[in-house]
Amino acid sequence: MERHILVVFPHPDDEAFGVSGTLILHAENGTPITYACLTLGEMGRNMGKPPFANRETLPLIRKKELEEACKIIGINDLRLLGFRDKTIEFEDEEMLADRISAIIAETNPSLIITFYPGYSVHPDHNACGAAVIRAVERLPLEKRPTVHCVAFSKNCEQEIGHPDIIRDVSSVIDKKIAAIKAHRSQTEGLMQGAAKRGGDALTWLKTEAFWTYKWKGSN
Amino acid sequence: MQPINVEEVQDALNRFANQDVYLHLETTNGAYASHHNEGFFSAGAYIRNGRIRFSRGKIVGEGPYRVGLKLDLGWVYAEGLTDWILNEKGQLLLAGVDYEGKLAVALQLSREPF
Repeated sequence: MERHILVVFPHPDDEAFGVSGTLILHAENGTPITYACLTLGEMGRNMGKPPFANRETLPLIRKKELEEACKIIGINDLRLLGFRDKTIEFEDEEMLADRISAIIAETNPSLIITFYPGYSVHPDHNACGAAVIRAVERLPLEKRPTVHCVAFSKNCEQEIGHPDIIRDVSSVIDKKIAAIKAHRSQTEGLMQGAAKRGGDALTWLKTEAFWTYKWKGSN
Repeated sequence: MQPINVEEVQDALNRFANQDVYLHLETTNGAYASHHNEGFFSAGAYIRNGRIRFSRGKIVGEGPYRVGLKLDLGWVYAEGLTDWILNEKGQLLLAGVDYEGKLAVALQLSREPF
């Protein structure tokens, strides 16, 4: 059992698709989970289907959706870091790492979950993962928590190999889908499409894959 | 938001003319466009709270619509606009929603910073 899990992602709903099954399993085991979410996804292009949000109402709507998703997953400590969607890569890297370092020092996690820098498609994902790695690398090797990264760029398996952790989360798939649906403004269209296709349209959600980050200088 | 009514949007634009106003302008094809379609050239631009002053603002087209704002020394324009709202803060929000229902372009004006 993990002592404490720290999840660091840039957008509300990043936690839902790739890792919420894993988090639900940990939460059901009694592991405390802190989620540091860098932005409110202010620049999302989805506004609901049919649309019920606009560019100016979206942040508050997504904040409420995130709070609901956290309740479903069992995340008891949500931190909103207040950055602006799509701007993470332009921020000062040391300052970003400082913000993450402070949360690591405070929560003392045994496991951190974030995006794999360079292999996570969205510039915010890559910059977020890079900030987490930078923050953890400030700690001496033996004091670093384990970092599990999510990656999904087309070239990721070619360059970083297969994920070393593949977790079957089918036992909590209903809760996971509820967490995804909580992000209604972003996922309504997607879920409608999946319902229409039927069959195994949502099968991919039953498996979650992670790459354990390998530190330079470690074996 | 609702589908653009040209007369109402033109009225709203006129009310922002000849004063300092704050501009939000964005175009985007989404951060995943090149991931889903490797042949797709991803491009976009974004400005939030640019302070401008325009002497003339005009909406044209048959829908989707185009809006141009004539500045003292230049222009602002957006195309592909489909929906609008004058919200409770008196901000004029114009957006272009694509065939999948996703926001593709936004042009917004406010007397106070967004």
